[in-house]
Amino acid sequence: MAKQTFAEKRAEKKQLRIYEKEHRKNLRRRKQDPIDVIMSTITYIVYTFFAFVCVYPFYYIFINTISSNELSARGKVNFWPKEIHFTNYINVSHIPDLINAFKISLGRTILGTILTVSISAFLGYMFTRETMWMRKFWYRFVIATMYFNAGIIPIFLTFKSLGLYNNFLVYILPTAVAPFYIVLCKTFVESIPKDLIDAAELDGCGTLRAFTAIIIPVIKPILATVAIFSAVSQWNSFQDTLLYVSDNKLYTLQFTLYQYINQASSLKALVNNTTSSSSMAASLAHAATATSIRMTVTIVVVGPILLVYPIFQRYFVKGIMVGAVKG
Amino acid sequence: MKKMNRKKKRGLREFLYVLPFIIMVALFCYYPLYGWRYAFYDYKPPYPLSSDSFVGTKWFSYMVSNPIRRKQILQVLLNTFGISGLNMIFSWFPMMFAIFLNEIKCKPYQKFVQTVTTIPNFISWVLVYSIAYCVFNSTGVVNTVLQNLGLTDTPVMFLQSSDHIWFKMWLWNTWKNAGWAAIMYIAAITGIDEELIDAAKVDGANRWKTILHITIPTILPTFFVLQFLNMANFLSNGMEQFFVFENSFNTDTIQVLDLYVYNLAMKSGGYSLSVAIGILKSLVSVVLLCIMNTISKLTRGEGFI
Repeated sequence: MAKQTFAEKRAEKKQLRIYEKEHRKNLRRRKQDPIDVIMSTITYIVYTFFAFVCVYPFYYIFINTISSNELSARGKVNFWPKEIHFTNYINVSHIPDLINAFKISLGRTILGTILTVSISAFLGYMFTRETMWMRKFWYRFVIATMYFNAGIIPIFLTFKSLGLYNNFLVYILPTAVAPFYIVLCKTFVESIPKDLIDAAELDGCGTLRAFTAIIIPVIKPILATVAIFSAVSQWNSFQDTLLYVSDNKLYTLQFTLYQYINQASSLKALVNNTTSSSSMAASLAHAATATSIRMTVTIVVVGPILLVYPIFQRYFVKGIMVGAVKG
Repeated sequence: MKKMNRKKKRGLREFLYVLPFIIMVALFCYYPLYGWRYAFYDYKPPYPLSSDSFVGTKWFSYMVSNPIRRKQILQVLLNTFGISGLNMIFSWFPMMFAIFLNEIKCKPYQKFVQTVTTIPNFISWVLVYSIAYCVFNSTGVVNTVLQNLGLTDTPVMFLQSSDHIWFKMWLWNTWKNAGWAAIMYIAAITGIDEELIDAAKVDGANRWKTILHITIPTILPTFFVLQFLNMANFLSNGMEQFFVFENSFNTDTIQVLDLYVYNLAMKSGGYSLSVAIGILKSLVSVVLLCIMNTISKLTRGEGFI
């Protein structure tokens, strides 16, 4: 008897809970327009698709570089790595051209960034100095270069006559005075209270001293943005190698990668070389193939950007925002 | 008087600090303009310009008078207009992307999508091509999946065909740039007054209506500025994207002006003709920029130069 009532009670409670749930559901439903619900579901699906489209190619290439090359060549590695090994990276690190290209890319990124950032900061500051002789004219003179381009042949001939052809300097000098970054820095310097600089001048700071002691510490945030942008564009730069460099000692990573993709014949020789040099371990799964080298080099070239971007994302966003004020 | 003099001296000294950089700009950006004179000569590289013959505007009239060249140039212009036009027609895409991204209520997910979709903007076109090659070649994942699903028997040559090439170029361009372009709109949307949206909600607006009547009107000005800038760059698609994707199968329909100028100069040795086309392109671009700037000034009250 007592047992039965207990069971009844339980059933009742259960019923109650169901009612409650229903009631809550109704409440929620009333609050949310059905259109809203449909919309957010679609939104989530679509954005997951976008995110997938942007991430998957990188992931796909990466898992192929660490999977068995034989499986990879047959198109068997699509969603997760199989028979993981790192021979591809070791093979690639033995290609002398590639190491050299890496050095060149790294060198131009570091030197180019330092040069661009310091010049942008300095000019951004100098163009706010109202005492400067014909300031407005010179500012426009520099900024106007954003809007025109003399064309491939005239620029090529100019660089050649300046001795920049096949010269490492061609990577860093022409981009050193960058009008857009100067605008960014100038806008930032203008936002600094004028009293700060005036006070420094009263204390006997000259133009240059004020720049190093007062301005640089204050405009650090925008310098970080400029540095990040310029480093990425230096690392990514491809056209200058294509146009102004024919000496393969000066080839950058981007250019070498382009060659690897397009010139199957040179790649084949490379494959044979790397395979024979590491022939003791060259089982079919680990032997270098044209595709494996291409993919591994791709990861090596894209790696630094994938690592740097998420860390410095806020600087990128800041850059585009400041630029939007007067771009 | 003395004070005046000192001020002037200071101004000159400040100019001297800047002078080296101004010289650099003059050398790298202004001096090449003098090279435009090559368009009026019959320039043959190993010999200096002095030994080449002056031909006046021969190259400019040659563009129109030579039937083969004319056909080629028309095709190139068609490609340029087609690709720029496609980009322009779909330029609302980043805006929509931003609007609906903002509707996502789960913040970490929103942040994740934003981060991930901006990454492609920071890799070079060479890398984009390399990725395209890895994913779309005959043993790449796309062909593997298509074959497994039984949709095709033979691998589809995505990169080695000229079919829908403008559309494909637009797709790659969108893949690379849309996320980044959306950031500007997202910032504009975050600037919207919270109270405005709450008021709309009290008045019974659902999300769709808030978007239509509040979000879109707020960010439309940003959209128009970017649109003006796009129009100003109508002829300049850049060369890198088309250079890396170009191959012998698609060269006819992928060649845009910038690439054509490069190919003329570096592959077929038409130096003077290439300079002539470059000059025309630059002049038209500057005129377009001025027109767009004026329109912007008239409609928005401020230009973008």
